[in-house]
Amino acid sequence: MRRQLCDALVERAARPDLVFLTGDLGFGALEPLRDVLDRRFINAGIAEQNMVGVAAGMASEGMEPWTYTIAPFCYARAFEQIRNDVCLHALPVRLLANGGGYGYGVMGATHHALEDYGVLSTLPNLHLFIPAFDEDVAATIAAAGALPGPAYIRLGRGELPAGTIAPAYAPWRRLRAGTGPVVVVVGPMAGPTLSALEDDAAEIWAVCELPLRVSPPPEAFVAALRKSRRLCVVEEHVAQGSLGQSLAAWCLETGVGLDGFRMLNAQGYPSGTYGSQAFHRQESGLDAPGIRAAVQAMGAA
Amino acid sequence: MAIRAQHVENAEVRAANADGARSADGTLASGLLRLARWRLLAMHHAAGVGHLGGNLSAFDAMMLLHHEMLRPQDRFVLSKGHAAGAYYVTLWSRGLITDAELDSFHGEGTRLAGHPPARGVPAIRFGTGSLGHGVSLAAGLALSMQLQDRPGHVFCLTSDGEWQEGSTLEALIFAAHNKLVNLTILIDNNRLQGFGTTRDVASMEPLASKLAGFDVEIREADGHDLADMRRALSAGRERPTLVVLHTVKGYGVPAIEGRMDSHYLPLTDDQYREAVTGIGGLGA
Repeated sequence: MRRQLCDALVERAARPDLVFLTGDLGFGALEPLRDVLDRRFINAGIAEQNMVGVAAGMASEGMEPWTYTIAPFCYARAFEQIRNDVCLHALPVRLLANGGGYGYGVMGATHHALEDYGVLSTLPNLHLFIPAFDEDVAATIAAAGALPGPAYIRLGRGELPAGTIAPAYAPWRRLRAGTGPVVVVVGPMAGPTLSALEDDAAEIWAVCELPLRVSPPPEAFVAALRKSRRLCVVEEHVAQGSLGQSLAAWCLETGVGLDGFRMLNAQGYPSGTYGSQAFHRQESGLDAPGIRAAVQAMGAA
Repeated sequence: MAIRAQHVENAEVRAANADGARSADGTLASGLLRLARWRLLAMHHAAGVGHLGGNLSAFDAMMLLHHEMLRPQDRFVLSKGHAAGAYYVTLWSRGLITDAELDSFHGEGTRLAGHPPARGVPAIRFGTGSLGHGVSLAAGLALSMQLQDRPGHVFCLTSDGEWQEGSTLEALIFAAHNKLVNLTILIDNNRLQGFGTTRDVASMEPLASKLAGFDVEIREADGHDLADMRRALSAGRERPTLVVLHTVKGYGVPAIEGRMDSHYLPLTDDQYREAVTGIGGLGA
């Protein structure tokens, strides 16, 4: 999604107060943005805590800062700056985090982001975006840019199945109607899930904004869930702090009864070995056979 | 302290302010500084809280900045948030926080917590308290002024122990590299930190020469000598400026001056009376 990100920000660069700060990343992708922003493109060096603090200071002066780095270097390294400097002040800093989930593949565990939106969901005022497809990025940047407060944008790799046209971007989207279990997918897992359930009767929804307090389930989803009474949540994120857990609590609070509930989550590194994003998804049961088996086990139509 | 005594003091403080404790030439009058120091002691004593040592070491610099240096287009960031009391009283001395609000310091439902609040007090831009955040915030302010072609200068007050935080050094590298000539960082070099002297805990002494390796202008001053600080804070900068203020923890209160426990313990009634008398008899 980096190319789409660059295009969206180049489009936005005419805004005189927009400033882009990178933690020394973006080689081979963000040069067009650097060219158009000139001195408003700032390589803040390998110092993410400072980068986020500087961005908070700039936002308090009415500028529009966007920070960019690999996801864990943002939410884990600079967590206190995100909490204190950005969120407690409700400042409109947009934190761009590349490589959600196992996105950095064989680069290893330090580069993966398996607990980002769970951790960040605990913070006040922070709005989280997890675009599902490359086609969502422009709308995501526009939506995050329009907020009065802070945003975290988890970028991944869109995998919209060939020949498929995604519905227009929305925080919650029905990707496909169905008569079977309701499958909810967070962000880029939407593509592989659509492929995996091609011949299944499941109804598939994509969620691209969290937490539920800022992105509540729409009525159409609630109606589908009341009818199906079976829910499967697919996420490239650990179970703790996941959308699945939030939805389980939401079902209890709102009185939506379920006969079946299943969460498919990142399992970390069960074999202790490393590989591509597909390898890690497969180890976690987040590949096509794993998703298919979990949904089929909930019953067909 | 009895509540009534507190009220008597507040009345005297207000009266003294009304009498014109400020100098006619715009400099910080010694009378106002004494008065404000007394208000700081009274506020802490009434609240029964400590952290007084690091408030008193930074107080003269904060008062000088707010009464002589800061113009409307300038900014101040208190990175050593545990000097919140000194900050509140300084703002009070400028008429930006009411006397009644100071009375709520550290109480239930107060806006004036032990560290500056992120929101709710218009004169305070940033909530701080976890060390190592202020210089980055200040750098963001200074860079914004440059990018927006606005005049203005940013002053950031740090503690000395705070330079053990890696993020402070990240911020210094950033400020120097981006030539933030409109940024002045002050270091309250009182040489005492949470559980020992800075020399014993994680020495960076001598701090000035350690930090001189960065591309910044280093100046030093006696942090309790207004004339010396004026000199060190004067303009003429071509690089970000770092002013090491040589200070005394608990300055002006003999019972706690230079003592470790001044970081934590409130003054006893006797110590408080002695301190107030030492300031010059106000309210004694």
